[in-house]
Amino acid sequence: MTDPTRLTAHELTDAFRSGAATPSAVTEAYLGRIAKLDGKVRAYLTVTDGRARAAAAASDARYRAGKPLGPLDGVPISYKDVLSTRGVKTTCGSRILESWVPPFDATVVTRLAAAGVVPLGKSNMDEFAMGSSTEHSAFQLTANPWDLARVPGGSSGGPAAAVAGDLAAISLGTDTGGSIRQPGAFCGIVGMKPTYGRVSRYGLVAFASSLDQIGPFAKDVRDAALVLRAIAGVDPADATSVDVPVPDYAASLGEGMRGLRVGVLEYDTAGMDPDVQRAVTAAIDVLKGLGATTQAVTLPTADHGLAAYYIIAPAEASSNLARYDGVKYGLRALGKDLIDMESRTRAAGFGAEVKRRIMLGTYALSSGYYDAYYGKAQKVRTLIRRDFDAAFEHVDVIVGPTTPGVAFKHGEKEDPLAMYLNDVFTVPANLSGNPGISVPCGFSTSGLPIGLHLVGRAFDEATILRVAYAYEQATTWRTRRPELA
Amino acid sequence: MIERKDVEHVARLARLALSAAEIEKMREQLNGILAYIEKLNALATDDVEPTSHAVPMVNVMRDDAPGPCLPRDEALANAPDRAGEFFRVPRIIED
Repeated sequence: MTDPTRLTAHELTDAFRSGAATPSAVTEAYLGRIAKLDGKVRAYLTVTDGRARAAAAASDARYRAGKPLGPLDGVPISYKDVLSTRGVKTTCGSRILESWVPPFDATVVTRLAAAGVVPLGKSNMDEFAMGSSTEHSAFQLTANPWDLARVPGGSSGGPAAAVAGDLAAISLGTDTGGSIRQPGAFCGIVGMKPTYGRVSRYGLVAFASSLDQIGPFAKDVRDAALVLRAIAGVDPADATSVDVPVPDYAASLGEGMRGLRVGVLEYDTAGMDPDVQRAVTAAIDVLKGLGATTQAVTLPTADHGLAAYYIIAPAEASSNLARYDGVKYGLRALGKDLIDMESRTRAAGFGAEVKRRIMLGTYALSSGYYDAYYGKAQKVRTLIRRDFDAAFEHVDVIVGPTTPGVAFKHGEKEDPLAMYLNDVFTVPANLSGNPGISVPCGFSTSGLPIGLHLVGRAFDEATILRVAYAYEQATTWRTRRPELA
Repeated sequence: MIERKDVEHVARLARLALSAAEIEKMREQLNGILAYIEKLNALATDDVEPTSHAVPMVNVMRDDAPGPCLPRDEALANAPDRAGEFFRVPRIIED
């Protein structure tokens, strides 16, 4: 058969069921490829080869007995290193958690283990998920498989590069302002942020609790649908998870575009890469050709989303990251008293971007500034939600670019604000809670992938998956793959 | 505009021991970011309710039923310093 690391998860499980391949053989192919090529991509912080082989052997036995656990049994996966894994280091890309070994699994890890996946390891990220390039990892720079001199995006750059580089079949990332969708676009794969509350955050190390959401990276839309179904659903361990039925997303993928109303996002083209605009316009024509009706959509307040986000997310982060005080876990630096110990621990353990956001958030919440910054941003958040609600009275999905440009070079965006602007199209859906997905929609003239961004109604992931699938099946972008060897 | 003394104050609140060079760089960068954030003031929000959470929810209740908790040794396993069954920290209260 073809190199199994090129296959999608559903192709792999087809091969497992037919006996054309076994989970152990595929796992060995992945571990071999990681050993040979991850030195170039640097997607992984920890490779859990022992656990992977044990899980694969158990999966082999289930297929031999004719009793696989479901459509992901035996599929090799990579987890962003912000998802807690019992007995396996979980660093969040930070020195402060460099040697932290969680005593529990995140709910998504538990659910996927019950679905039979093979855990290949933990992948790199911007420290505490703060960044858009994975350059803020305390440990290593991750390369984009399409051009090793460029970033994979972030903050979930490791899990995105792992899937794009065929170093994992699927992976999980987290998205607080675009951290799944933007690296999905930069790496030429599918990346999805479910509705806030759709997936349990238990065991996800918190960055901004009202925005964080876990979601899949995949080589095609069907795989993303299968992973979402496996991880979604209410969880007593996360009081913000919502008890809404989880449909069989894969079953409705093929329903096509007929009858769907597509809202074409009107956006400010200043600073946009013309290749991205061209690709998105062409993608909308494809959707029309498939039978969708289209109409222009404006989100008048969305331009202010980024500014609101850079109050709300740092404010929540400054509170969440207060727990890293060097007392119960993580790094400790010595000090003359408790406050000195805490202050030196945090100075030594956090990188520059995390310090910047803690400072920004602490300032925004501090006495005298709370109403002007945090209060104002929360009101703008309401306006953004209203914009989406108004738009979804007339359309079923909103389509636009995932990012203003394509993957940039390592070190190219030194100015924090220039980095933040990457998330201008993705942040509004985090503030409103709506689900979003990035699906490959072409390449720049320099050969770098471009992503199409689809946003849907709250808890209606089924529709954006269906539109993404119809688009994907009508195009051939997914057949073009990076060559690493 | 944020002054140097503001940065020092916020760093104390945030328990971050910053070097003199870090404080100056932070002052510049925070001013740049806050200048960008000023664009929010162009929006009229006087009669707008704030949103703190994307999904409208009220208190989520559960039964107050005892369940298993983390064994002590597992809870202490990641401690930077421990003394027997305790986390050890520098002296807080003077003699």
